[in-house]
Amino acid sequence: MSEARTSAAAATRTRWGYLAEFESVDALLEATEKVRDAGFTRFDAFAPFPIHGLDESMGIRTSRLPRIVFGGGVTGACAGLLLQWWTNAFDYRYLIGGKPFFGLPVAIPITFELTVLLAAIGAFIGLLVANRLPELYHPVFPNAAFRARATTDGFFVAVEARDPRFDVVGTRSFLESLGAVRVDELEDE
Amino acid sequence: MSAAPMLPDNTAEAPGTRAPLVLGGNDFASVTDKVCSIVERPRLPRAWYVAFTISCSLTALLVAMLGYLFLAGIGVWGLNIPVGWGFDITNFVFWVGIGHAGTLISAILFLFRQKWRTGINRFAEAMTIFAVICAGMFPAIHTGRPWFDYWLFPYPNQMSVWPNFRSPLLWDVFAVSTYFTVSLLFWFTGMVPDLATLRDRATTKGRRIVYGILSLGWRGSGRHWHRYERIYLLLAALATPLVLSVHSVVSFDFAVAQLPGWHSTIFPPYFVAGAIFSGFAMVITLLVPVRAFFGLEDLITTRHLENMAKITLATGLMVAYSYGVEFFMAWYSGNPLEQFALANRAMGPYAWAFWIMMSCNVAAPQAFWFKKVRTTPWALVGVSVLINVGMWFERFVIIVTSLHRGALPSSWGYYKPTWVELCTLAGSFGLFMTLFLLFLRFGPMIAMAEVKSVMPAAGLERGPHRGHGQYWGEIPHQHDRQKQDATP
Repeated sequence: MSEARTSAAAATRTRWGYLAEFESVDALLEATEKVRDAGFTRFDAFAPFPIHGLDESMGIRTSRLPRIVFGGGVTGACAGLLLQWWTNAFDYRYLIGGKPFFGLPVAIPITFELTVLLAAIGAFIGLLVANRLPELYHPVFPNAAFRARATTDGFFVAVEARDPRFDVVGTRSFLESLGAVRVDELEDE
Repeated sequence: MSAAPMLPDNTAEAPGTRAPLVLGGNDFASVTDKVCSIVERPRLPRAWYVAFTISCSLTALLVAMLGYLFLAGIGVWGLNIPVGWGFDITNFVFWVGIGHAGTLISAILFLFRQKWRTGINRFAEAMTIFAVICAGMFPAIHTGRPWFDYWLFPYPNQMSVWPNFRSPLLWDVFAVSTYFTVSLLFWFTGMVPDLATLRDRATTKGRRIVYGILSLGWRGSGRHWHRYERIYLLLAALATPLVLSVHSVVSFDFAVAQLPGWHSTIFPPYFVAGAIFSGFAMVITLLVPVRAFFGLEDLITTRHLENMAKITLATGLMVAYSYGVEFFMAWYSGNPLEQFALANRAMGPYAWAFWIMMSCNVAAPQAFWFKKVRTTPWALVGVSVLINVGMWFERFVIIVTSLHRGALPSSWGYYKPTWVELCTLAGSFGLFMTLFLLFLRFGPMIAMAEVKSVMPAAGLERGPHRGHGQYWGEIPHQHDRQKQDATP
């Protein structure tokens, strides 16, 4: 019974990829550059803080998230103007202090606030969606070295097994040749 | 308690060299250890428990005062015609002002590439959030029937009426709630990588689950960092005009009115400068004891404190200038009511409050011209406390002196707060401090990821600056001289 369960578990586990650890920022940048140049596409780097130049050495294209933020801002501006015009000058008009029902200068503060509000909410949600967060489980998490150092002072490169250039033996030795202090195999369920 | 004597002095200005912002031979791991151990140690210094007991008691007092107010009505306050706004709105404007330093440090200093912000931004942002919570409470309770506060929001309702968008009081609702939301998003976004650090170091299941959920599964992926940095820059760019707009809108509550003493075009910039002035004073007041109790002098260095003192001095001078302009404009306008309002402010029944304001806000910060004062932590706290007092009185003076003697001498009055108002003010400090102490206990109070990114080992000096996302400026020819703790 227990044997059957172990083998069943083993059967569902697959190799997710390799995780290589590097000693410094410079080693990480060099390594990611070489991984990129070797033609890998399904790989990632991990660092405890944003590293200047990492996106370039990984070959990341500039994010298009700012468009979402811009869209949020435009939505907010239109909504703000429309809200104030429709409520005070169209749906239920009432005169207060002889002020016009709708005046652009008077509408600016709330229009501005809603522009910023919706742009910021768009930025936050856009960031989460683009990064696919929250994602509470990821194959790198069970790795002991990753847990110990990835958010403190460790620099890692992960190459996924589904990358077309991935090779069980070749990729491991390739990562070792880049100066990795260790290369671990990661499993996925 | 001066900064630990073994740390080198990093306040000297050497053109072309970057002063180190992390002292004491720290590396990435020791920065993490230092910040996380505050959250992880089983017991904190006794001072924390003493402070927490006091602030919790004051919060209980606040709850009692609010309960009494709601049951008995607004008459338990000393407000009456002609003074319809007293402690309530004074406290509101005061707390919103305190809440300006955090977003200024995190957004405006970010855009100006002031790397020293990384040591203090998390702390100041937390302070912002808690101050805005305290601020938002006062307009809500001063309405008299706070259970109808939702009428302020434009929702379709059975009465078929809408709020009056032509009133600055409604602009306030939008400005303060937007400011709170955006500050919260900014704060949380910045905190996610540090919460992930706490998750990875967690030794108990409870901590792992709580920090695990809060950190959203952040794993420091390079692809994530790329988007994160872009979004952080955009949030900073959005928060910068926002922080300037909030106190401008608050000032419209006064400036748009026709009342002499309020009706003044200098109010928006004057209020913004005052807000930053008081906010920085509050950051200094809280930061100096915290850094001493938790031994963070190597991460929050004397240079950080000195820079904050310089900003305080600069904004203090703007405030002093605004005071001068108010009097000049009153004289120059030739309007007798305006002239009376200002003369009454300085020499009338509330002259005592006016001169407290002048001595605390104009005279006291002049001490910051001296480097000795700027670099002596407890002297900084002394001056900052005076500034906090002065800025509270500034709002009191603006509101009450303008109201209590209008154009009609038969309806003059003198406003005195009741014990309920005094206890509510004390209670709002209790609420602020309770939230703040809880944050120190459970949250990463220094932005570890950001501090690490400005350490020399992070390789800032590599390659030319390429624009978006990277906020650190490029200083060439520093490869050799750039050493951590570069002591001469």
